[in-house]
Amino acid sequence: MSATTATAHAHVAHEHHEQGFVRTYVFSTDHKMIARQFLFLGLLMMIVGGLLALIVRWQLAWPETPIPGMAHIFTETSPPGIIQPPQYNMAFTMHATIMIFFVIMPILAGAFGNFCIPLMIGARDMAFPFLNMLSFWVTGTAGVIMLSGFFVDGGHAAAGWTSYAPLSAVPEYTGVNWGQNIWCISLFIMGIGSMMGSINYITTIINMRAPGMRLFRMPLVVWSLFITAILLLLALPVLTSGVAMLLFDRTLGTSWFKPSGGGEPLLWQHLFWYFGHPEVYILILPAMGIASEILPVFSRKPIFGYHAMAFSMIGIAFLSWIVYGHHMFVSGMNPRLGMAFTVSTMIIAVPSAIKTFNWLGTLWGGRIQFKVPMLFALGFVSMFVIGGLSGIFMASTPVDIYIQDTYFIVAHIHYVVFGGSIFGAFAAIYFWFPKMFGRMLNPLLGHLHFWGTLIFFNWVFFPMHIIGVGGQMRRIYNPMQYEFLQHQQHWNVFMTYGALCLGAVQLLFVINFFWSLFAGRKAPMNPWNSTTLEWTAPSPPPHLNWGATVPTVYRGPYEYSDPEAAEDFLPQNQPPARVGARAH
Amino acid sequence: MLDWWLPENVSTYGRDIDWLFHLIYAITGVTAILVFGAMLIFLVMYRDRPGRRARYTHGNTTLEIVWTVVPALILVILTFLSVPAWSKIKMQAPPPSDFAVQVTAKQFNWQVTYAGPDGKFGTDDDKTLLDEMHVPVNKVVHVHLRSQDVIHSFFVPQFRMKQDAVPGREIVQWFEATKTGKYELPCAELCGFGHSGMRGWIYVHTPDEYAKWAAENLTAQAAGSEQKQADETKPAASAAKTGGKAKR
Repeated sequence: MSATTATAHAHVAHEHHEQGFVRTYVFSTDHKMIARQFLFLGLLMMIVGGLLALIVRWQLAWPETPIPGMAHIFTETSPPGIIQPPQYNMAFTMHATIMIFFVIMPILAGAFGNFCIPLMIGARDMAFPFLNMLSFWVTGTAGVIMLSGFFVDGGHAAAGWTSYAPLSAVPEYTGVNWGQNIWCISLFIMGIGSMMGSINYITTIINMRAPGMRLFRMPLVVWSLFITAILLLLALPVLTSGVAMLLFDRTLGTSWFKPSGGGEPLLWQHLFWYFGHPEVYILILPAMGIASEILPVFSRKPIFGYHAMAFSMIGIAFLSWIVYGHHMFVSGMNPRLGMAFTVSTMIIAVPSAIKTFNWLGTLWGGRIQFKVPMLFALGFVSMFVIGGLSGIFMASTPVDIYIQDTYFIVAHIHYVVFGGSIFGAFAAIYFWFPKMFGRMLNPLLGHLHFWGTLIFFNWVFFPMHIIGVGGQMRRIYNPMQYEFLQHQQHWNVFMTYGALCLGAVQLLFVINFFWSLFAGRKAPMNPWNSTTLEWTAPSPPPHLNWGATVPTVYRGPYEYSDPEAAEDFLPQNQPPARVGARAH
Repeated sequence: MLDWWLPENVSTYGRDIDWLFHLIYAITGVTAILVFGAMLIFLVMYRDRPGRRARYTHGNTTLEIVWTVVPALILVILTFLSVPAWSKIKMQAPPPSDFAVQVTAKQFNWQVTYAGPDGKFGTDDDKTLLDEMHVPVNKVVHVHLRSQDVIHSFFVPQFRMKQDAVPGREIVQWFEATKTGKYELPCAELCGFGHSGMRGWIYVHTPDEYAKWAAENLTAQAAGSEQKQADETKPAASAAKTGGKAKR
C-alpha cells in the first residue's frame, strides 16, 4: 500500500471515474468518503447514545414510573414501561460506552482526522488508503457487534463503562453473561480499527506533506490529530489487552482480576485508566485543534501563540501518561502514590490554561464574526473552561475523597466531553460541511441549534455539580432511596426537563443536516475566506483532491489581516507577491 | 454559594476537606469570572464592524510566560496545601484507638462486626450486625474494610469519608464523629443490580448511651440470640489480621 506516491496517483486519476457504486460509496479508499462514513456512523450512534441518556434521566427524575414509549420494551413491570435496576445499569453503561467509543472517537478522530489531514497538509490521500478503508469497516463491525449486545439473553453489559473487575469479571455478580463478553469483543475489534487509523495518520503526516509544509506550518488541527494519533497508537493496545484479559477471566477461567483465583482487582483499574486518561485527551485534543482552527478564521486574526499552542498539546500528550492514578485516589491504591498523581494532575492543568489564554488572546483585537462554527467554537472554549476548573477539585486528593463517585464527577466529564468534544464536533461539522458535501448548512437553523444546545446543556449539567456536592452518588437507580438526597430531588426533575429539551433541539440539527445535504445552497470553494489548503480544492474535492499539481506552501496557516496584503487573508499556497513577504 | 449544598460536616477531618473545597471554590470562581469577563468584553468590543481591521499579531512571549508561570504557581501551592489533610486522613497510620470494627461488604449489605469481649476478630464471641454500626461520639474509630465479592465503596457524606472495599485485601480507615445522630452509609461504587439502595446506618451515641447499647447487644449473652448471618461474614483470609493499611 506504500506505492501511493503522486505519480502512482496520476495513473489512478484516469481510472477513478469508472469506479462503480460499491467502490465509490461502500468500500471506498478515498479518505473523504471514509470521513463521511465515519461521520454517519458517529451521528447514527449518537441517536442511540442520546436516547439511552434520556431513559437514565427519566428514571432519575421520576423514579419507577413508566417511561413514555417504552411499554413494549420493559414489559415485566406493572404498569409496563418502568425500567428496572439491571436495565438501568445497562442503560448508563451503554450510554457512556457508545458515546465515547462510537460517537466522539469516530466523529473527531475518524471523520475529521480522515477529512482534514490529507486536505490540510496537501496530500492526495492517506499513506495507506486500503488500510484506511479497513479501519472504517473494522470500526463499523465493532459498532454492529456492540449494538447486538442489546438483544442477547441477560441484556447488555451493566458494569459501567469502566467495567470494574471483579463485577465485570464474574457473570454471577451482574447476571449479565453474553452482554459483557460482547462488550469486550466489540472494544477489542474497535481497538484494532483504531490502530489501523492511527498508524495511517502518523505516517501520512510525517511523509506526505506538500512542498513547503514544514511541521510548524501545519494547521493546529493537524497538530492535534497527529498527537491524538500517537496517543491512540500507544493507549488503545492497553485497553485491547485489558478487555482480552477480562474476556479470558469470564470465559476461559483465568484469574487476572479475580481475587478468588489469586488475581488482583486493582490491576484492571490500572490497565483501564492507563488507557483511560490518555483517552480523555484523545477525545478533547481534536476539539482543541478545531477551536484553534476556527477562532482565527472568524476573528480574522492569526492564532495567538502558535508555538505555545503546539507545544502545550505536546506537553499534554506527555503528561497524560502519568496522571491516570487520579481516578483511583480512594481505590485502595497506596496513598503515597496518590500524592504523586496529585502533583502531575495539577501540572497537566497548566497546558490547558495556556491554551485557554491563547484562545482569548486570539479574540483580543480581532474582527469577530458570529457565524455558526464560531459560536460552537466559542461554546467549546467556555464549556471547556468550566470543565477544566471543576477538574481542579478532583486533583486535590482530600477534596476528591468526598466528591469521588458523585454527580460532581458526572458534571465534570460532561462539561469536558459534551461541552468540549461534542461542541467541537458541531463546530467542525458546521465549518467543514461545505467542503465535505459541497453545500452550505442553513445559518438560521444553525443559530437556533447552537443557542438551544448551549442553554439546555448548561440546564442539564450545571446542577449536577450541586447535587454532587450534596452527595448524590453516580450510577444509583433511585435517589429517593436515600434520606440525605431527598431534599434535592427537585434538581433531578429540573435537569430531566432540560435533557428532554436538549434532545429535542438536536432535531434542528438533523433537519438542517439532511435538508442542506440535498437542497442547501451550493458552497463556493472558500466560503469562510480561510487560508488553509483544503479551501484551495473544489467543494467537494474530487478524488485525489487537486488537479495536476498539489499546492506548494509558502507560509504559516493563520495569516489573517496582514497589513501588507491586499485582502484580509493570505492563503498558505499563495506565492509571495513581492520581496519582504513574511516567511513565517 | 456551593457550600449551601454540602451536607453538614460531623467529623474531625471533614473540616480540613471543607476548607480546601472552599479554597478551590474561591480560586476557580475568581478564575471563571476573569476568563468569562474578558471573553465577553472581547466579544463585544471586537465584534465585526465596517471599516475595522483586526490587529495583526502572532503572540507575545512575555504574556505566554506570565500565563504559564502564574497558574503553575497557584497549582503547586494548592498541591502543598492538599498534602497535610491527605496525609492525616489516608497516608499516615490512623490515630491510635482501642475502638475497631470490621466492615465486610457484600452484594448488597454492610456487615459490621464487633470483636466482642475478647477484643479479637474471628473468634466465637464476635457479633455481626447487618447494615448498622454503633459508635461513640468523639472517639477515633478504626474501620477494617473488606469485601467478599465485588468492589464496594464505604461512603459517609457527613463524615466526608470514602474508601473502596476491595476483595482480597483489608484496608484500615478511620473517622472521629463530633456529633451524635444517625447517618447514612451508602455504597458509592457500582456493585451490581442492587447497588442503589445498598445502604446502612451509622448511629453515633454519647459514651453513656453507647455503653448501654454495647451491654445490651455485644455481650456474650446477646451474641448468638439474634446473630445475623455471622457465619457468612468470615472471609477465607485470616480474619484476625489488623495490620497496616492497604495490605493484603
